[in-house]
Amino acid sequence: MLVSPGGCRRSSGNRQDEGFLQIKGSDTIVNAGQMVSEEFMKVNPYIFVGVTGGGSGVGIASLINGTCDIAISSREMKAKEYELARKHGVEPNEITVAYDGVAVVVNMNNPVEHLTLDQLRRIFTGEVKNWKELGGKDMSIVTLSREVSSGTHMYFKEEVIRQGKKDSVAEFSSETLLLTSSQAIVEEVANNESAIGYLGMGYVSDRTKTVKLGKKEGDYFPADISHVLNKKYPLSRPLYFYINGRPQGIIKQFIDFTLSPRGQQQFAETGFVPLEAGFVQKNK
Amino acid sequence: MFRKINERIIETAIRVSGFAVIAFVILIFLFLLKDSLSLFRVYPLKAFLTSTQWLPISEPPTFGIIPLLMGSILVMVGAIVICVPIGVATALFIAEVAPGYLKMILKSLVEILASIPSVVLGFIGIVWLGPFLKTTLHLNTGMCGLTGAILLAFMALPTIISISEDAIIGIPRSYKEAAYGLGATRWQTMWRIVLPAASSGIIAAVMLGIGRVIGETMVVMMVTGNAPIIPHSILQPLRTLTATIAGEMGETVGGSDHYYALFAVGLVLFVITFMLNFVADISLRKSRK
Repeated sequence: MLVSPGGCRRSSGNRQDEGFLQIKGSDTIVNAGQMVSEEFMKVNPYIFVGVTGGGSGVGIASLINGTCDIAISSREMKAKEYELARKHGVEPNEITVAYDGVAVVVNMNNPVEHLTLDQLRRIFTGEVKNWKELGGKDMSIVTLSREVSSGTHMYFKEEVIRQGKKDSVAEFSSETLLLTSSQAIVEEVANNESAIGYLGMGYVSDRTKTVKLGKKEGDYFPADISHVLNKKYPLSRPLYFYINGRPQGIIKQFIDFTLSPRGQQQFAETGFVPLEAGFVQKNK
Repeated sequence: MFRKINERIIETAIRVSGFAVIAFVILIFLFLLKDSLSLFRVYPLKAFLTSTQWLPISEPPTFGIIPLLMGSILVMVGAIVICVPIGVATALFIAEVAPGYLKMILKSLVEILASIPSVVLGFIGIVWLGPFLKTTLHLNTGMCGLTGAILLAFMALPTIISISEDAIIGIPRSYKEAAYGLGATRWQTMWRIVLPAASSGIIAAVMLGIGRVIGETMVVMMVTGNAPIIPHSILQPLRTLTATIAGEMGETVGGSDHYYALFAVGLVLFVITFMLNFVADISLRKSRK
């Protein structure tokens, strides 16, 4: 099914549709969110949408603190956060808006092409310290991570470092560098031959090399739209909007727009995976 | 008559603003103290001060301030070692050696240096200085304490240069004339007479520079790698107190343990700057006697 963008209802500047929407959270999807909101403002010129990043944790915290209308998040809310939200009189409502694969990137000159999840875990916990052990050059591994406010950090910790086990207490190696943005990870990986980092698919560029991942040896899949949709790529995850209670008014309008073909097209164009197949990715 | 009333009004206004400043400092301190103490109700003070791990979002969390404190101190010492000699030498050159036109050019350049936003310096650190240090020193990564220390030294230089220069210019002419009269060379005069005579002002300049360095956030957050390890050398990635607060404050919910822990970090930072100023004040008094 191929859905063409732009087939959306145009609400001829209805004066009732006005207001201000504050969207905050995940740095992974902040660009996609920005694109969606720009398209949305073309259709609804009297609704202003502000999108800021900071990390999924920042978005969720500000939803709980009542300083944003929609929290964008690349991870699920934790039980503790639900508890805190109720204490502050907020009833979080989760809406899946797109999918993403967490891509693992290395320097262009790094000969390593693929890794298993277990190898990845050993790299980031510091058990493996040299690329030689993984079939690469003889140089020590520099592991790059996002800050603790990042949803991708949390996701990576739960799925890779702790292997999805709830009772695991494994941590990132304390030598892991915690960078403040996905773009900083791109810069460091592009400049540093021994670096390895992870980021949302939207930040994959031709300045870094994305390694294929597999749950077991010999069974590797690239981080692309089709392998995320059929869940073959092992680090596939949904991206969420969180709002307080049932969607109403302009919040509902914005969410409906996000889930419409025109909104979904923006996710495809920024490198993410829309909820349904059939969208054309621009840069891929 | 009017003059008297006017004078009284101005006097009161000045007195009120003076007391207001003191009140602000005390209020900030109390505010930090209140929220920090909330942490120590659920998390032991001893663990906060002695634990070597900072794992704020784990279950259960560990809030050990040692790695952050060491990171801040290491970057600070590195920056001082770089910026104090350069800063004082530049100030001496501008005040004593440089001819008039060069003096004007140098002074305005120093002012431009002061006006570079810290985030721009951080950017330069990420895309240029970090990779440069990595290749020249054969490091694993350019995101290390030294990158941060060099950039911070740049940020502290304008403060150190302008205040030291003021102090040097303020030395009575007769001191130098006496030195020259005794047959001292220009260098001997600068080294033995001018510098010691201006030392109190120079110490104040250095202390203000250090204050700038330890409180700076954006640059260190962008270039030092933020790994919460206890650094053994300045060539390793490290995480400072300020970067921790800035990096984590956004995701904490008001009233959580993590939120209070960041306030406790802020309190430690406040105590450090307070002590620095205190020491500076004592040394200023001593050198004046």
